[in-house]
Amino acid sequence: MSCSRMESKILGYVDGRLKESERLEMEKHVSTCAACRVRVNEFRTVNVLLDELPMIEPSAAFDIRLHARVAAEPAKQSWWAWSMPAPRVAFAAAMLAVAMAWVGSRMPNDPLSADDIDKINQNLPVLENYDVISDFSPLSDLSQQAPDDDPSDSNQSQQM
Amino acid sequence: MLDVKAGDEQSFTLLLHRYRSPLINFLYRMVRNREQAEDLAQEVFLRVYRAREEYVPSAKFTTWLFRIATNLALNSVRDNRYQRMEISLDAPVTADTEDGDEKTMDVAEKHPNIEQRLIEETRKKMIRHAIEKLPEKQRAAVLLHKYQELDYGEISKILECSESALKSLLFRAYETLRVELAPLVARQAKQ
Repeated sequence: MSCSRMESKILGYVDGRLKESERLEMEKHVSTCAACRVRVNEFRTVNVLLDELPMIEPSAAFDIRLHARVAAEPAKQSWWAWSMPAPRVAFAAAMLAVAMAWVGSRMPNDPLSADDIDKINQNLPVLENYDVISDFSPLSDLSQQAPDDDPSDSNQSQQM
Repeated sequence: MLDVKAGDEQSFTLLLHRYRSPLINFLYRMVRNREQAEDLAQEVFLRVYRAREEYVPSAKFTTWLFRIATNLALNSVRDNRYQRMEISLDAPVTADTEDGDEKTMDVAEKHPNIEQRLIEETRKKMIRHAIEKLPEKQRAAVLLHKYQELDYGEISKILECSESALKSLLFRAYETLRVELAPLVARQAKQ
């Protein structure tokens, strides 16, 4: 094994992750190469020094905060759920259906027959006259004045 | 995780208890800020929870978990979003460490001698500083290799590189650490 090839194996050798055959090959090289022996020892020391790095503990609020956030997550819904309308929409749709049914029930069910249309056509002049008369202001004035007339006037006129 | 996928909320709590500490420490060493590390850890667990129904056990759960964590940490470091709030691990002891979260305090208590305590503190500062100075990807590789004890296959999947590229990355990182920590390494060799 060359020194350059050893570079890719040195870390695995230090932390004991090499295959048995690779480990034996490394040991053979290290026993004959002083520079690589020094480097292996220094890597081992670095590995030990890294163990001295302190650990931190999660804060007391960590779990509480996370559980609150998880609880606030919207529940996963199946595709069935997507096909179901929201309660408010369902209520509004139901109310609209009831209102339409009510309006529909108040409308005449049967269309006008031919006889009905003939009767309307016959009475049309009368209806038109009625429209004119009902909206004829002199007549309406007359009807308002009639109760104020003196009955004696009528007697006088009869005598005349 | 398969139990979590099946809707077992208790299993999610178990996952949380098992992985929160290694995850927070990994993120802490990546982003160098405790609050940010916890925020990112929360995000990791939320993503796990959200993706529970799509989870396919094609890789180890730890690989999946640390892949999410590494991506978030690398993005965060690169975005430099928290630069304003960044607190160096070298910063003086503040509320962050005063609450006894760091084991540094425990070590110091074992060595009441002030000189000894200063030496210990200096050693730790040097080690932290050496890790901080590593490029992000090398730092992630070292943290996953050294502290999470993941194998090369897992780490290469997390960092999305080949195993040979990972070995080269790790070798360069440890070489840098060896140089940075040379005074400590030499002192250790004499002992």
